[in-house]
Amino acid sequence: MSDTQLTPEELAGQKYKYGFTTDIAMEEFPKGLSEEIVRLISAKKQEPEWLLEWRLKAYRLWCESEEPHWAHIHHPPINYQDYYYYAAPAKAAPKSLDEVDPELLKTYEKLGIPLNERAALAGVAVDAVFDSVSVATTFRETLAKAGVIFCPISEAVREHPELVRKYLGSVVPQSDNYFAALNSAVFSDGSFVYIPKGVRCPMELSTYFRINARNTGQFERTLIIADEGAYVSYLEGCTAPQRDENQLHAAVVELVAMNDATIKYSTVQNWYPGDAEGRGGIYNFVTKRGACRGRNSKISWTQVETGSAITWKYPSCILQGENSVGEFYSVAVTNHHQQADTGTKMIHIGKNTRSTIISKGISAGKSNNTYRGLVRILPAASGARNFTQCDSLLIGEECGAHTVPYIENRNLTSKVEHEATTSKIAEDQLFYCRSRGLSQEDAVGLIVNGFCKDVLKELPMEFAVEAQKLLSVSLEGSVG
Amino acid sequence: MLEIKNLRARIGEKEILKGIDLTVPTGEIHAIMGPNGAGKSTLSYVLSGRDGYEVTEGEVLYNGVNILELAPEDRAAAGMFLAFQYPVELPGVGNANFLRTALNAVRRKRGEPELDAVAFLKSARAAIKSLQMNEDFLKRNVNVGFSGGEKKRNEMLQMALLKPGLAILDETDSGLDIDALRIVSEGVNALRGPSFSALVITHYQRLLDHIVPDMVHVLAGGRIVRSGPKELALELEARGYAGVEAA
Ligand SMILES: Nc1ncnc2c1ncn2[C@@H]1O[C@H](COP(=O)(O)OP(=O)(O)OP(=O)(O)O)[C@@H](O)[C@H]1O
Ligand SMILES: [Mg+2]
Repeated sequence: MSDTQLTPEELAGQKYKYGFTTDIAMEEFPKGLSEEIVRLISAKKQEPEWLLEWRLKAYRLWCESEEPHWAHIHHPPINYQDYYYYAAPAKAAPKSLDEVDPELLKTYEKLGIPLNERAALAGVAVDAVFDSVSVATTFRETLAKAGVIFCPISEAVREHPELVRKYLGSVVPQSDNYFAALNSAVFSDGSFVYIPKGVRCPMELSTYFRINARNTGQFERTLIIADEGAYVSYLEGCTAPQRDENQLHAAVVELVAMNDATIKYSTVQNWYPGDAEGRGGIYNFVTKRGACRGRNSKISWTQVETGSAITWKYPSCILQGENSVGEFYSVAVTNHHQQADTGTKMIHIGKNTRSTIISKGISAGKSNNTYRGLVRILPAASGARNFTQCDSLLIGEECGAHTVPYIENRNLTSKVEHEATTSKIAEDQLFYCRSRGLSQEDAVGLIVNGFCKDVLKELPMEFAVEAQKLLSVSLEGSVG
Repeated sequence: MLEIKNLRARIGEKEILKGIDLTVPTGEIHAIMGPNGAGKSTLSYVLSGRDGYEVTEGEVLYNGVNILELAPEDRAAAGMFLAFQYPVELPGVGNANFLRTALNAVRRKRGEPELDAVAFLKSARAAIKSLQMNEDFLKRNVNVGFSGGEKKRNEMLQMALLKPGLAILDETDSGLDIDALRIVSEGVNALRGPSFSALVITHYQRLLDHIVPDMVHVLAGGRIVRSGPKELALELEARGYAGVEAA
């Protein structure tokens, strides 16, 4: 009846929009991971002795531990010796935009990254990470005036060693898990943010990550500290060029919020998910955790995960300070052969701590989407509250949605609520939209965006718009 | 002009439409009446291109174009509009966003410029006012938590904005209170003109007091069994459907 539509095959064939690679000479270390490589990385970055020791400890922990297999994901064995653990553009870090490789700038332009004037207009400071070394940082001065430190973590190691030494690994220790140990041993660069007492960061902070070199693992390390009464909103967005080999990514993000401080961390993750047959794509094993150390502190994670072949990610909050608040808002979309096992952990330690979890999982194609969440209320956490809502939306017959909530409540005065729903995009909803003139794709986009509304409204405005587009693009070809 | 010729359609193995012949000249409004389960809604869905309905025979021409070949959204762009008997809820989708997305999708396909937020709000507000609806409806989610009558009025709001050339109203009057019935009818009558036609499906004469039809057809058992002038509705109201087929 409706042969003006594209077939699912035609739609699935639409190429990943950001699938191009930049032709820049790469300075690469030999493949594989050894103590020698760890030493090389540290030496290359002229790191102090304590950091080298810290890395080596992590490396040994990694050698002794085993890759975890409890998540609902499947992949061929990863040969960790087949990756490069350090890659950077061959030129030294430039001092201004003029020194930046024009090829690189073109790449950013294609990605729509507001690096120069556009950044100024949008009021966004960008610390762009290209592969492993940060190559450009803007707005440093405005931030410096406010006393905010926002710089590559390698620079922070040199300029603010006392802060880095105090907080690095204080939320995610090297021993935390296999991938955190790996990251701690070989992390190349990432962002460092420090907001001093009483300061409201004057702009949204944003970092764009990009994976580029062939077979190059990407090991970002981010550390954000909000001192007493401080506020910061940090945005992280990612796209990666198309590659056939699976690329390994294991980032660590640590957040620390002191008394009355608030950290809002938003992610739009759009890495190459692999093709329609499940070839290629990023393996994304991330450890993100925030510590609400102080009274009335708050950490809010918002994530929109549409990319990667495999997502293994549980942004968590340790609610230590009295009255502290943890939030997790998540949209995870899987299509074709993508696999996502994502969720959060809320650990209630202090009195009257509160947490909210809103998770929206959308599965299409032959994909698998798992919400895995832990709410743990310790005996001292009197009056603690948690509310969890997990909604799954299925598109088609071959995908899977799973909800795995773990609740451990060891305090009788606390309250934990959990709601879960699973639904399908109904045929009558699609027809209703189409009878009003919307294409099938637009109708799916509209309905999915409606489904995710409670999460999307948590994103900063400019990100919300991008995220909405991304959702529609990710689900192209999902309804035949 | 809408021309339905020997239209047969089935759902699965079950044949529902068994050879419908019906012509609605441009500028005219025709009423369709008929017993429950006769196939009236099925006809409206087949005309709008809903999946799951297999046309086994016949053709449907709208302004000379065989619309059975078109996707539902292309029929909408061609000027067809279906007011649903049971409007569908879209959780999380704002009514204003839905209306604007639909309107601009149709405008794009018709080669007309898209409306920006300001221009859209202006026309939406005007339409809302003429339907004596509350502006809050724009902020709410599409049909979610709407009362039965409110849903029907929301269908009319969409129609007022999309300005179709052919409207199919499937029991738009059911669930409406007396005032709403008049207001909705005025909305339809406002569109009446040389380039607008409508198929009005109803069970009750009272709607036809307001929207006076050029013709009345009786659909029973998947066929048009009788057609006549507006007085036919009065006759049906008095005598029921018993014996109509025989007549
Ligand atoms: N999906 C379906 N599967 C099987 N039979 C169906 C389906 N949809 C409709 N029917 C049947 O088709 C027939 C016509 O239904 P339709 O809804 O078109 O009737 P109608 O004339 O609109 O009735 P009403 O006046 O009650 O609205 C009914 O017998 C109904 O049960
Ligand atoms: Mg009906």
